Amino acid sequence: MRVTPDRIVGVLALVLALAAPLYVSSYWVGTLLTQMLFLGIVAASLIFLSAYGGMVSLAQVAVFGIAGFVVGNATTNGNTKGLNLGWSPWWGVVAGILVAVAAGLLFGALASRSIGIYFLMITLTYSVIANLVFGQVTDVSGFGGISGIPAPNGIGPVDAHQNRLYYVTLAVAFAIYVLLRYVSRTPFGLTLQGVRDDPVRMASLGYNVALHRTIAFAFASFVAAVGGVLFVWWNGHIDPASIDLGATIDVLVIAVVGGLFRLEGAWVGALFFVIVNNYSQQISFIGPRFHTLIGAIFLVIVLVSPGGLVGLWERAMALSFGRRRGPSDRTPIEVGQVEPSV
Amino acid sequence: MSGRARTLALQTRALRIVGWALLAVLVVVPALWVLFFAPTTGKWATAFGSAVHDPKDFLITVLNGVTAAALYFVVASGFTLIFGLMRVVNMAHGAFFLLGGYIALRIQRNLVGEGAGFGLTSAQVNLTHWIVPAIIATLAIAALGVAMQQIFLRWNQGQELRQALITIAISIILADQMLAHFGGVAEDIAWPRNWDTFVNLRVQGIQYTETRLVILVIALAIGLLLWVWLKRTRTGMIIRAGVDDRAMVSALGINIQLTFAIAFAVGSGLAGLGGVIGGSFASLAPGVDANWLLYSLVVVIIGGMGSLGGAAIGSLLLGLTTNFSAAYLPSSYTYYSIIFTFALVAVVLAVRPLGLFGRPA
Repeated sequence: MRVTPDRIVGVLALVLALAAPLYVSSYWVGTLLTQMLFLGIVAASLIFLSAYGGMVSLAQVAVFGIAGFVVGNATTNGNTKGLNLGWSPWWGVVAGILVAVAAGLLFGALASRSIGIYFLMITLTYSVIANLVFGQVTDVSGFGGISGIPAPNGIGPVDAHQNRLYYVTLAVAFAIYVLLRYVSRTPFGLTLQGVRDDPVRMASLGYNVALHRTIAFAFASFVAAVGGVLFVWWNGHIDPASIDLGATIDVLVIAVVGGLFRLEGAWVGALFFVIVNNYSQQISFIGPRFHTLIGAIFLVIVLVSPGGLVGLWERAMALSFGRRRGPSDRTPIEVGQVEPSV
Repeated sequence: MSGRARTLALQTRALRIVGWALLAVLVVVPALWVLFFAPTTGKWATAFGSAVHDPKDFLITVLNGVTAAALYFVVASGFTLIFGLMRVVNMAHGAFFLLGGYIALRIQRNLVGEGAGFGLTSAQVNLTHWIVPAIIATLAIAALGVAMQQIFLRWNQGQELRQALITIAISIILADQMLAHFGGVAEDIAWPRNWDTFVNLRVQGIQYTETRLVILVIALAIGLLLWVWLKRTRTGMIIRAGVDDRAMVSALGINIQLTFAIAFAVGSGLAGLGGVIGGSFASLAPGVDANWLLYSLVVVIIGGMGSLGGAAIGSLLLGLTTNFSAAYLPSSYTYYSIIFTFALVAVVLAVRPLGLFGRPA
């Protein structure tokens, strides 16, 4: 295997992540890094759809929330809102992921004939409606949400064993990363990239474009659902505010700041996001105005570097090593554009 | 025709039949329920019972739906105007709505003066106290929209997704700043006292809220003005030509940038005006911006992007769906009414992906 700067950085990041409990505080491990990992998983599902399918989806947080709410309803027992089914946490995981993927199939099938900004708008509609549904339907949640969601034995109780959940999340995040890379190289992944680049040609070659988009969306829903399960284990609580428009935009910000066309960008963006979120509180002139700051950063990234932080890194590497322009220079957020500009 | 292609064609036809059958069920069953079967007692008891049983409340629900649709139309017509001409999805439309409301609220309280700190009642407010803030807020949001377009969007023309992301960034910043300046408590603009009454409609003895009828009149006036403007004036003709072929319009020596700025001003101004009406009709609070962005999106997804008639039909469908589902679901299940909004979007997308009046770009 050839040694490239990307691979060196990748291995280094993995080693640093594995050794994290040795050199940073338990607050960092239990709060910031774990949060970074599962937010990265959700953002990775968005980036997968955008990079390989040309679909920028704002419904990932909705799917993440559906999985989280199903786990909450299935596994709690007694003292909280929701259905209180009292199942074992593992059955909760199965139910959460199945329901979320089913919802993803429906969402994907409905949006599969739209691209570009239409797709963006339709998925944003899903997201806001999911938030309202969980806010209004008191049978499954209501405004206050569901509390006391347990992690399975061996992983939880989470407060007492922060490192366990951290390593579980790290392992899952790594597995998801490998899985997404693998899927993008399968015949399905290659066809999906064909659909992204030229849907009309793929359709005339006999591929079912809408079906490929739908399946890709359902697969990305699986990934987002895994993130949702990890979130409710970590947080022990989920309420409609966990999936409101702000949360939806946070994940979009993570994906765009990291870089919309490479999976690694998900975790780069998530790390950046949790650090800014954590430390901006301490800067006096920002204080509680975190979202103004993150909005401004988002604006600058969109205006200056459409490839996000990973795009900046690639550009720097290309300059210093004289590498030919990689696929990332194809400004990915133009995917789906059909009209020439004036 | 090869076997594979024939199966595909059969599948497509089967799917279409299933789709239309589903649509028929989704339209016919609720219609029969509302007209004849909704009971007033028992497990499935509804608030009013069927239309045959209680025609008065049925008519009131229709009126509520239509007047809600009027407000949806004011906001969504601005959204669709901007999209139709420039292909810009203004994700800050909801934030513009909320900011317009807040600006009018502040101006109204300053105009009235005494006792305004704790909120106003209609008795303290006359017509000028409502119309002047409404006009100023509309103009302010129109100016803000043009500023956003000129500073951030103009040089990204044609990069649709990037423009959408830029407007999302601006909506994050606006929402956070509004929370900082106007707080998290719900507030509302007071209607003028001469509007805040009931009108006897002389049908079934209905006493109907006058303010809702005022909203309907404003929306009809705006719809008419937009129609005349787009169909009968030079600017309107340029805009319609620009919707069809921007490059050609530009090549004919027309200053399309000026037209873009005008359309953006009108579109944003409508969001601001909508915010003033919405803030008087309901209330202003954080999160309201997301709801109104949702309404605008739903209206244009149903009606078809960039079509004024589509916006009208979309608003009407959304207004009637939300009001009927809230009024005619069994009383213990009314909180499920939001599902019907999703069902409406889902059904339209399944049958017509570009919306009822949508055309391919």
